[in-house]
Amino acid sequence: MPNSITKLSLCLYVFMAVFISNNAMAKVIHSERSLYSNILVEDKGDLRCLKFNVKSRNTRQTCLFKSQPKQLAFNYTKQLLSSLLVNPEPKRILIIGLGGGTMSNTLHQLLPDSQIDNVEIDQSVIKVARQYFGFLENEQIKTYSQDGRVFVKRALLKKQEYDWIILDAFNGDYIPEHLMTKEFLEELKGLLSQEGILTANTFSSSKLYPYESATYKAVFGDFYQVTNQDNNNRIILARNNGLELASIKVQAKQNEDFEKLAAELLAIGVDVKQLYKDVKSTAINQDWPNDSPILTDQFSPANLLNIDTD
Amino acid sequence: MQAANKSINYQNLFIYLLAFTSGFSIMCVELLAGRILAPFFGSSVHIWGSIITVFMLSLSFGYLLGGKFSTQSASLTRYGAIFIIAGITLLPIATSSTWLMEGIFLAIEDSRYGSLLASTLLFFIPTVILGMLSPYSVRLLVKNSNESGQVAGRLYFVATLGSALGTIITSFYLVLWFDINTIVITVSLVLSLLGITTILLANSHPNFHKSNVQRDIRHA
Repeated sequence: MPNSITKLSLCLYVFMAVFISNNAMAKVIHSERSLYSNILVEDKGDLRCLKFNVKSRNTRQTCLFKSQPKQLAFNYTKQLLSSLLVNPEPKRILIIGLGGGTMSNTLHQLLPDSQIDNVEIDQSVIKVARQYFGFLENEQIKTYSQDGRVFVKRALLKKQEYDWIILDAFNGDYIPEHLMTKEFLEELKGLLSQEGILTANTFSSSKLYPYESATYKAVFGDFYQVTNQDNNNRIILARNNGLELASIKVQAKQNEDFEKLAAELLAIGVDVKQLYKDVKSTAINQDWPNDSPILTDQFSPANLLNIDTD
Repeated sequence: MQAANKSINYQNLFIYLLAFTSGFSIMCVELLAGRILAPFFGSSVHIWGSIITVFMLSLSFGYLLGGKFSTQSASLTRYGAIFIIAGITLLPIATSSTWLMEGIFLAIEDSRYGSLLASTLLFFIPTVILGMLSPYSVRLLVKNSNESGQVAGRLYFVATLGSALGTIITSFYLVLWFDINTIVITVSLVLSLLGITTILLANSHPNFHKSNVQRDIRHA
């Protein structure tokens, strides 16, 4: 009898402990089903995250530290900043795929004089970014609720130019296939200024990898890849006028300005030296076969290719 | 008499096969429509709204038109001709969609109305014609009023089964293996060839139509 009471109380204790610790680990503070995905805002201690489609294992998310909203909490956002090593002062920036708007906020803080255009297809994501992630909009920061491809085509017609385009429209579960084709990349290239840079948050572990890589190479020639061991994101960094092999290293030696940039980046949690180590040119090591097929508007089964991981 | 019955069954099977193919083609093209429009109008929810609206609307007109058309000396030859026309009207989707969508993109800023106009211009006519085939098939298959419901039911079964297979095969495999234009042109060729085969068959079996008429009279 006493034995069973002990067992019971032990069970209860374990149950309570699990319940309480789970509660402390992640608390859903907002969830909604939008036209495009399930949006979830979660608090885990100091960390607040925006998630799409919870149950998927490779769901991508934007997070911020509530106590230090200026710190970048995620690896791939830091990797995207590698563009600043090539061009430290982009004047006009286009971000396709808003997430929590943390990228836009960070860039505004780093480059207060630059124009930033955010494009996000899902009106609900924009709303959540404003409400829960302190997404800032003003004279210089604009948001357009539109399909990325349509925005880019319209911007081309208006002869707009950007010094830096950030393509971050892939949330892990569903890939907008028309944002991964040769034609789309050509349109993006057309939007870039002479020295313009495209950074894209892409996939690194599925059959899609060689297809995607070959497509970027077909449009931009060789490019930089920014990867590290901690996550399975790969950032592609492509330049409008091609890679000058040494450009990143050259930039590194430009003392004063560079020191200032390094200090600014360190303040938001980005270690420039590590970033340098993570940047590799495909001219030196290309890790996909040369004869990989490219994705076009006619042939773009990106989601089917992404099913098979190997 | 026995032999005549067998040859009629064979013809009917062929008509069911044709209905299956038209069902397959409709959904195959509808599925590709999303991919065709995406480069110009994106993949927002309203793009599918435009596409499905146009397909439903054109099918409804197709049913009406096909039914009407079947009352005026219906024949296997005319039935085959509809297939050929369907095949031909599908071709502009492969050949002219780019410049057409470019023009619409320039003229209309709102991607809702842009995509609606584009899908109307590209898909309305071929889908009306493919829709005509269902009531026309019923006309060719029904021999007496008593079996008309069963024949219509069987025809819807076969055509809708074709639609289901057209949807899954296109979205699971065809887009992984072929270019969009290759798929569209193949569908167009298959429909046209089936149409030509139908006409050849109808003319090499001139008794077919006659035996229909005789049976009609006998039952009446």
